[in-house]
Amino acid sequence: MSKTPLLEIENLHAKVGDKEIIKGFNLTINEGEVHAVMGPNGAGKSTLSNVICGKPGYEITSGSIRFKGKDLTKMSVEERAREGIFLCMQYPVEIPGVPTTTFLKHAVNAVRKHRNQPELDTMEFVKMVREEGKKLGIDADMIKRPVNVGFSGGEKKRLETLQMTVLKPCFSILDEADSGLDIDALKVVSEGVNALRDGQRSMLVITHYQRLLNYVVPDFVHVYADGRIVKSGDKNLALELEEKGYAEFVKEK
Amino acid sequence: MSNNKPEIIDESGDKYKYGFVTDIEAETIPKGLNADIIRLISRKKGEPDWLLDYRLKAFEFWQTMKEPRWAKLVYDKIDYQDLYYYSAPKQKVAPKSLDEVDPELLETYEKLGIPLKEQEVLAGVVAVDAVFDSVSVATTYRAKLAEQGIIFCSISEAVKEYPDLVKQYLGSVVPYTDNFFACLNSAVFTDGSFVYIPKGVRCPMELSTYFRINAKNTGQFERTLIVADDESYVSYLEGCTAPQRDENQLHAAIVEIVINKNAEVKYSTVQNWYPGDKDGKGGVYNFVTKRAACRGENSKVSWTQVETGSAVTWKYPSCILQGDNSVGEFYSVAITNNRQQADTGTKMIHIGKNTTSKIISKGISAGFSNQTYRGLVRVSPNAANARNYSQCDSLLIGRNCGSHTVPYIENRNKSAVIEHEATTSKISDEQLFYCQQRGIGEEEAVSLIVNGFCKEVMQHLPMEFAIEAAKLINISLEGSVG
Repeated sequence: MSKTPLLEIENLHAKVGDKEIIKGFNLTINEGEVHAVMGPNGAGKSTLSNVICGKPGYEITSGSIRFKGKDLTKMSVEERAREGIFLCMQYPVEIPGVPTTTFLKHAVNAVRKHRNQPELDTMEFVKMVREEGKKLGIDADMIKRPVNVGFSGGEKKRLETLQMTVLKPCFSILDEADSGLDIDALKVVSEGVNALRDGQRSMLVITHYQRLLNYVVPDFVHVYADGRIVKSGDKNLALELEEKGYAEFVKEK
Repeated sequence: MSNNKPEIIDESGDKYKYGFVTDIEAETIPKGLNADIIRLISRKKGEPDWLLDYRLKAFEFWQTMKEPRWAKLVYDKIDYQDLYYYSAPKQKVAPKSLDEVDPELLETYEKLGIPLKEQEVLAGVVAVDAVFDSVSVATTYRAKLAEQGIIFCSISEAVKEYPDLVKQYLGSVVPYTDNFFACLNSAVFTDGSFVYIPKGVRCPMELSTYFRINAKNTGQFERTLIVADDESYVSYLEGCTAPQRDENQLHAAIVEIVINKNAEVKYSTVQNWYPGDKDGKGGVYNFVTKRAACRGENSKVSWTQVETGSAVTWKYPSCILQGDNSVGEFYSVAITNNRQQADTGTKMIHIGKNTTSKIISKGISAGFSNQTYRGLVRVSPNAANARNYSQCDSLLIGRNCGSHTVPYIENRNKSAVIEHEATTSKISDEQLFYCQQRGIGEEEAVSLIVNGFCKEVMQHLPMEFAIEAAKLINISLEGSVG
């Protein structure tokens, strides 16, 4: 079975201000694969997801990132999103006064427009969001509230998952998706994430605990330390990490 | 068929879609201001002597006054002798119906989004009075409203047809001695709207006036007078546009509202006078006095304004809460971009007992613009149990704009409860990133965030107006990011 690469990162170096955070990072994710990147706090995991999404404030000093064969670094944040990159954020921001449905509708239609699909009308859209929301334990009331305003940690993560579900990205990055979740919420969110696994879509799961990986089982696990991958393996590597801790691997390099 | 074309084509030309000039025959009187000009205006309008006297008294007083300079506004000195004080579309006889109104003029209104004709034919929801330069051109739905005793006409007609009402109320809320610009208006006002809602009548439709400055170097001085008698209700909308011109245009209007016992008036404005180009050339100087007197018990007034236009805005819609239990509300969104300046706010004067006022002001500054919220809350010694809540939020876009909040509180009654909250924020990079990461473009993201910021105010606008206002906000902010 020949595999089609979706995301190809080669020898990536990136810095914030004067500080180099990513130091020679290599990773190829093929269509349909789920990769987990695990690393200690401060390893630069969030920097990695931000750089892939094009967040301002990060400078790529060398290396390349290609997505579906295109040079990702030349695209704006919204172009990358419309191409199918979704970042499930660790700390989703509040947008006062903007109803969640309105926000979602703008996002969905921006992506549909990019794909030359007709924009959804409000009725169709609301129906779709309600149905998808129900599966994630999100009631109609919650999506009327302003985006993330006054949401609990669990509600925020559910909303991130809902957005991922309705935007149907071909590549999702889950940045510490389990932080702030109790076990029930974790199950609901994981089910939402797993529902998107269809052999086509790919994911990058960034976490420092193994817990999430019990629910979202990865095809590959990478240990990330000091700005690069120091060891790769299958899902058993995550268990090994849990047992031994990061110190062992950081020494290895 | 139209001869309308924008006089100036520049970068902002495509952004200000109302910048066209209507090529219409106008009757203008000589430039400058003196007692003879005022007599001429009064004669042209066929006014009674009492009104001419009122104008002349105002003019005499005005000559003793100085232009106020306390606002945080910087603008070129206005040469009051270099302006035309009267310009009217030429029309031989006053139009009896819309069929007799110059088609060119009707076309202009259509461009502005007020298809008068359509509205008269279709059973609509809005009655419109349109003021073009100095005179009122057409008032739709008059007949239908008259069945309920509602008067909605131009103030010139009201002077002739309902002189007692006009005489009783004109200048009773804003006397000509009030301030420099109000005094000037009292001397030279040319037209505007008059509304009277009789006792116990709830006006069945929104009443609306569109103001339009067309002629060059012409000051526009409209005068609106609204009287809501006991137990009545009316919602009134006002929209304004002007052509794009290199020179500044002066606009000094007065709106007076009288509200009797148990009556309520909602007054909504979408002000979109030409703001000048991106370097601050041209644009309307907007010096407006708006005031409502809640005279009766349980009377209520609510001002909602969306201010996006004008080069310079000086405007403080106010509430005089005389009647016991009367309520005054002020909801404002002001947006300034490029070199625009706005000094705007409100005055809440608590006189009656148990009076309540609420101020929600949202200021958005972008570009090199400067904005000041200036508000007064005054509680008189007899105003027992007065309550005020003020909230002034400012949002800054970019690093070259300014925002200032100047609340004045004068409390002379110990039982009063006055609350004031103010915030200043910027659109955060995190918010922008969040929107963009979901595929929303940067400008669309800014407009979403700004609309969210203004929501508390926008929801007080009537539906169609709210949609128009939201679009206007987006247009006003074009080019403010990136």
